[in-house]
Amino acid sequence: MMEILGIPAPVFLGQLLLGAINGAFYAVLSLGLALIFGLLNLINFAHGTFYMLGAFVSWLGLRYLGIDYWTSLVVAPLAVALFGIVIERTMLKRLYDLDHLYGLLLTFGLALVIEGVFRQLHGASGQPYAIPSALSGGVNLGFMYLPVYRAWVILASLVMCLVTWLIIERTKLGALLRAATENPDLVRAFGVNVSLMITVVFGFGAALAAFAGVLAAPIYSVNPIMGANLIIVVFAVVVIGGMGSIMGAILSGFLLGLVEGLTKVYWPEASSVVAFMVMAVVLMVKPAGLFGRNA
Amino acid sequence: MSTNEMSKTLGPDGGGGALVVGWKANRWWIAGLIVLAVAPFLVYPIFLAKILCFALFAIAFNLLLGYVGLLSFGHAAFFGMAAYISGHVMKEWGVTPEVAILIATASMAVLGVVFGMIAIRRQGIYFAMVTLALSQMVYFLALQSEFTHGEDGIQGIPRGAFLGLVSLESSLSIYYFVAGVFVLGFLFVYRVIHSPFGQVLKSVRENEARATSLGYDTDRYKLLAFTLSATLAGLAGATKVLVFQLASLTDVTWQMSGEVVLMTLLGGVGTILGPVVGAGIVVSMHNLLAEIGSVTTIVQGLIFILCVLVFRRGVVGEVSAWLRRRRSTKKHPRAG
Amino acid sequence: MTRESLLVLRDLQTWYGESHILHGVSLDVAEGEVVTLLGRNGAGKTTTLKSIMGLARHRRGSVAFGGQETVHLSPNRIARMGIAFCPEERGIFSSLNVRENLTLPPVIRDGGMSLDEVYDLFPILLERGGSVGTKLSGGEQQMLAIARILRTGAKFLLLDEPTEGLAPVIVEQIGRIINVLKERGYTILLVEQNFRFASTVADRHYVVEHGRIVDEVSGNAVSSNREKLEAYLGV
Repeated sequence: MMEILGIPAPVFLGQLLLGAINGAFYAVLSLGLALIFGLLNLINFAHGTFYMLGAFVSWLGLRYLGIDYWTSLVVAPLAVALFGIVIERTMLKRLYDLDHLYGLLLTFGLALVIEGVFRQLHGASGQPYAIPSALSGGVNLGFMYLPVYRAWVILASLVMCLVTWLIIERTKLGALLRAATENPDLVRAFGVNVSLMITVVFGFGAALAAFAGVLAAPIYSVNPIMGANLIIVVFAVVVIGGMGSIMGAILSGFLLGLVEGLTKVYWPEASSVVAFMVMAVVLMVKPAGLFGRNA
Repeated sequence: MSTNEMSKTLGPDGGGGALVVGWKANRWWIAGLIVLAVAPFLVYPIFLAKILCFALFAIAFNLLLGYVGLLSFGHAAFFGMAAYISGHVMKEWGVTPEVAILIATASMAVLGVVFGMIAIRRQGIYFAMVTLALSQMVYFLALQSEFTHGEDGIQGIPRGAFLGLVSLESSLSIYYFVAGVFVLGFLFVYRVIHSPFGQVLKSVRENEARATSLGYDTDRYKLLAFTLSATLAGLAGATKVLVFQLASLTDVTWQMSGEVVLMTLLGGVGTILGPVVGAGIVVSMHNLLAEIGSVTTIVQGLIFILCVLVFRRGVVGEVSAWLRRRRSTKKHPRAG
Repeated sequence: MTRESLLVLRDLQTWYGESHILHGVSLDVAEGEVVTLLGRNGAGKTTTLKSIMGLARHRRGSVAFGGQETVHLSPNRIARMGIAFCPEERGIFSSLNVRENLTLPPVIRDGGMSLDEVYDLFPILLERGGSVGTKLSGGEQQMLAIARILRTGAKFLLLDEPTEGLAPVIVEQIGRIINVLKERGYTILLVEQNFRFASTVADRHYVVEHGRIVDEVSGNAVSSNREKLEAYLGV
């Protein structure tokens, strides 16, 4: 059997694939987190909750309303975005003039409430979500077996990240967003409704997280705490990448997923902490993060 | 970023000078000691001991948030890890409780230096994320190492005898032991806050750039404050193990880190009594709501939201602001 | 005054947090006029511009633009009425290239310059279109900061110390540009510390001190009031 670096190829590539999938989720989540942070100066603790909500909305939709996976992929992010917008308009908005720590504390409280409510209603155990028929099965690539759904998750996340990146870096709207991130007051003085922009960006960030949640539903079981543990790793990703850079957030997401996958091959016990170890090393060597401009 | 907003919540103890002197000032200390001494005859002592352990934990946390303006979202790492270490050396090595507490607390001082050195590389809001991530690492270590016994935790830890002489097995004796530790910890933090070192910390919180320009190596001050805070959190965790005779994963989770934030926020950030009051309320709430599943989490989350939106000074902050208003209207009655 | 006032400030007071910066500024700017605010550092000139623009939020009194009260409006609403702002620190965005910086402010009404007209006036910006905004020299950045607000259709410009820290050649160039703008019917309220420069472009000058207007000098009276102005400015 073919080997890669002393490991049977299917095992090695299998773990790498798992790593890439986790990396895809990290990338989509840290992208949204970085967008929100840029414009709102807010570390959104509820980001993992939005991810969980995305998965739950699609599970509930399928179960009670018969909404299929493909419709969910659009509807769930929209629903969560709407929810995020309500949160921003009613609560976060009051905190912009205060110490930024309050935003973190508020979203932490929100995460507790929402997750608590879902645990109360649905218990802590996971609910299965079937892979849509069009994406079930797999392809034998000769050197490994590739489940179609996993390939789809990676592809969909990549496309979502790239489209977002293109919008931000290459469009008029993106230029406004970058400008408002640097100097919101001046952009206001140009006649732009920055408050509206903030609301939309928060909604969009929430939608991204929910999109990742819908993608995740058929892979992991849908449960109320699926986002809570993930978000802490995503925080590490964001610290590694440096909050200032959109591309940095995307790249470090995928990179960290792959590093985790490799760690599972060579040192399985460390795979759950490798993200934090990488973060500690990056902080010691390059405090601003791999792609960050300054701390 | 500025931490001015947090500093505005400073209570009456924020500015003071040296340790208070004279009967008029000392009466509060004496009253406090009397309350501590009498309380176990009125309320279940183990419950009180639990409150005191968490109060010490929250005081340790508040030293960092309230007086340096650094929000650590990973203090459970020190609390929980100290619990494991203290439990382990008590049960496996058979040392006396005060030695166990010393070993655990000293270990957390070391861990505090290491984490502190990593975490202070990033300012303000990043600090919270870094500490959270580091503590999650400790959580996974606790989940996987052998000496913590993973999901089971270390159970059946003996309370032993203080100095090998005084048995702590009875509820009352363990309560007084915990009360003693709490008073020492409280006095220590009080002295730190009112020392020249504490003044520098406050100036770092208010304006780090200015403190730097005055020639203070602010990173060293922050690191020292972080280490002190971690050490005291360790002291609280190590003591808590004696009360419950159990060291478990609960104490190293991010939820526990969140809980100490809640206690401090609810009681009053930057006030010396706030964390104590907050710990009392949160622990009581746990006891009341323990029966109804996830409701505790929901209520905690709601309190967080309320505190942030409308109640940023916390209980002690609000009360002392009210007292000050009343005093000033007494002193300067409206001309009429 | 013969022409009708476009901008009227009456007893404008502004606070930053606890500190009271403007203690009642009253002034008028007529359509087509170029007016400067002279004064020392910290006198309240910039704060006056920011208060007009709505960027200093805590303000009281009256700021009427085109007969409409704006003191309670947000900056984006005020900008949409046809006022454009060029800040002292120039506010060139480092994450945008020159072209993006130039086309960033949205066009709020007809009558602004086309991109070609802007490039005619500032040929250097066409040359440097692809480079990062903050890589430009100080003078180029200042040109960019003025150029980008000419496209929007706003006819009332607030310019905060456009000549600060620039070489004499560039200052001259900016003077020419302001005169061109005046010919094209723009109204300009200009903050300056350099009254020699101000006297070459402005119709009238207000002197600001301690958050109040303490004097008014017409453009052609500058030389006769030279000593007085020097005393105000502390040169």
